[in-house]
Amino acid sequence: MAFIKLSSPHATRRGTAGNVMQQVLLATLPGIAALTLFFGPGSLINIVLCAVFCLALEAGFLGLRGRPAMPFLKDYSALVTAILLGIALPPYSPWWLLLTGCFFAIVVAKQLYGGLGFNPFNPAMVGYVVLLISFPVEMTRWTLASPALAEGIALPNIAQGLQMTFGLLGNGDIDAWTGATPLDIVKQNQGETLSALYAQSPMLFSGTWAGAGWEWVNLGFLLGGVYLLYRRVFTWHAPVAMLIALTLLSALFYDGGSSESPGSPLLHLFSGATMLGAFFIVTDPVSSAVSTRGRLVFGAGVGILVYLIRAWGNYPDAVAFAVLLMNFAAPFIDYYTLPRTYGHSKANSGRVK
Amino acid sequence: MTDYRELTQNGLWKNNPALVQLLGLCPLLAVTGSVVNALGLGLATLLVLVGSNVAVSLVRNAVSDAVKLPAFVMIIASFTTGTELLMQAYTFELYQILGIFIPLIVTNCAILGRADAYASKNPIWPSAVDGFMMGMGFMGALLIIGAIREILGAGTLFADMHLLFGETARGWTVSLFGQNYSGFLVAVLPPGAFLVAGLLIAIKNAVDAEIERRQAAKRVVVKGSKRVRTTGNVA
Repeated sequence: MAFIKLSSPHATRRGTAGNVMQQVLLATLPGIAALTLFFGPGSLINIVLCAVFCLALEAGFLGLRGRPAMPFLKDYSALVTAILLGIALPPYSPWWLLLTGCFFAIVVAKQLYGGLGFNPFNPAMVGYVVLLISFPVEMTRWTLASPALAEGIALPNIAQGLQMTFGLLGNGDIDAWTGATPLDIVKQNQGETLSALYAQSPMLFSGTWAGAGWEWVNLGFLLGGVYLLYRRVFTWHAPVAMLIALTLLSALFYDGGSSESPGSPLLHLFSGATMLGAFFIVTDPVSSAVSTRGRLVFGAGVGILVYLIRAWGNYPDAVAFAVLLMNFAAPFIDYYTLPRTYGHSKANSGRVK
Repeated sequence: MTDYRELTQNGLWKNNPALVQLLGLCPLLAVTGSVVNALGLGLATLLVLVGSNVAVSLVRNAVSDAVKLPAFVMIIASFTTGTELLMQAYTFELYQILGIFIPLIVTNCAILGRADAYASKNPIWPSAVDGFMMGMGFMGALLIIGAIREILGAGTLFADMHLLFGETARGWTVSLFGQNYSGFLVAVLPPGAFLVAGLLIAIKNAVDAEIERRQAAKRVVVKGSKRVRTTGNVA
């Protein structure tokens, strides 16, 4: 009688890196759809260009490092980085901005450290932060959402979008489409109560609860995140901890909408990069904390930092900075949150006894 | 007999204070935002390094081991103060730009390291050469980093050289990318310093590995059995 001799593990779950990344790619679709609907084809152009740049850079530097390119390209991690970067950057960003971002994400943050699995920082966020501190003008030029556009102005079409990306359109034309984001408006508040501010800014009053367009974009990413949770691509701990920390802090400091108020909890949850960060950035398996308790601490830390910087820092949104700072802290979090190993009554943490 | 060629090689390349010993990184990273800053601090460090090496070498037989480090630091501090006063007198604007990093030359480990490792054990002339070559190596690294950061960050090269060389040098500025270059700010910010310094170290290591590979290829392998020597001086 023939027995099939196989060693454990016997579970057959399709859990390869490539499979996980494919799920992530699928889950970004609702958010990208909302971005395209409300801000025009800019994000799509960003994503396509970023994908081309990232894949080319990944293949090129794998070649320089003497590694085979195809197996690494097939794990789709470079594509996920490209898509996250393309979503995070303002729509219709110039091509050289995208290329610089991809270079820092793929080459500096990932390949120089040894490729996928060895990067201490989230590659897409490194690319984003390098661009944000280097090119503040281009990086703060977000498009207005379609309901908030001035009378008689339509969203750019694909031809106009490509013209902007390749620098063929004058700054005057671009200015008609761009404006402050909801978080920016609240941040730059010059002594108005929140209700007055909502009444005078189209970006805020043409939205339902957190700014025109942005609320739907965030809902889209929330939907994708819930799908990923359902497919068990990651656990709930980090995103939920981040969202709870952000909600608690924004509720605590909301103060009913005075001129000093940093904005309502709903605004903070459904505006800016909150949901994208919570479900697609904080959950990065490489650069976040590993253990269950560690992920709770990691997520909560990101949530707290996002709120602190949004409310009292120099930038209107802060997911990238918060994630990078917590990436720094991830090894220490892991060190102090070692889970109890089987056979031991207490966890063997790094604390001095 | 002192091998001056080896001193030169060590200072400029093999044992470069900035790229191999990784000493004096604080000024290396902090003031290399432009060529003129890098050159100013590089020259100041060179001056202190040569002076302190000579002075330490002069007193090397009079200072006991117990007090040698405080004594060396005093010597270095004197030269640093002298350099600082000189800069204040002749290049006042640059003195103001470099600010705290001129007095901080005292704490540059490359200088104390050379005083302790070389000058305290060698005669005056070799110590002076060692100090000069180490200083040149340090300044070379500063200049290269400064040049790369200035090109990337501001799109210029040799801007503001009049701070160091007088009014005739005002026109030395080379604008590389035209007036519309907005500047890659991260290069002039601290992260840029780390990135460029890391890149230079990597390039140096790659060059060394290539040299090593070529020499290994040249080495002739002698065929046949060799007797293994187990007593006496095993080479």
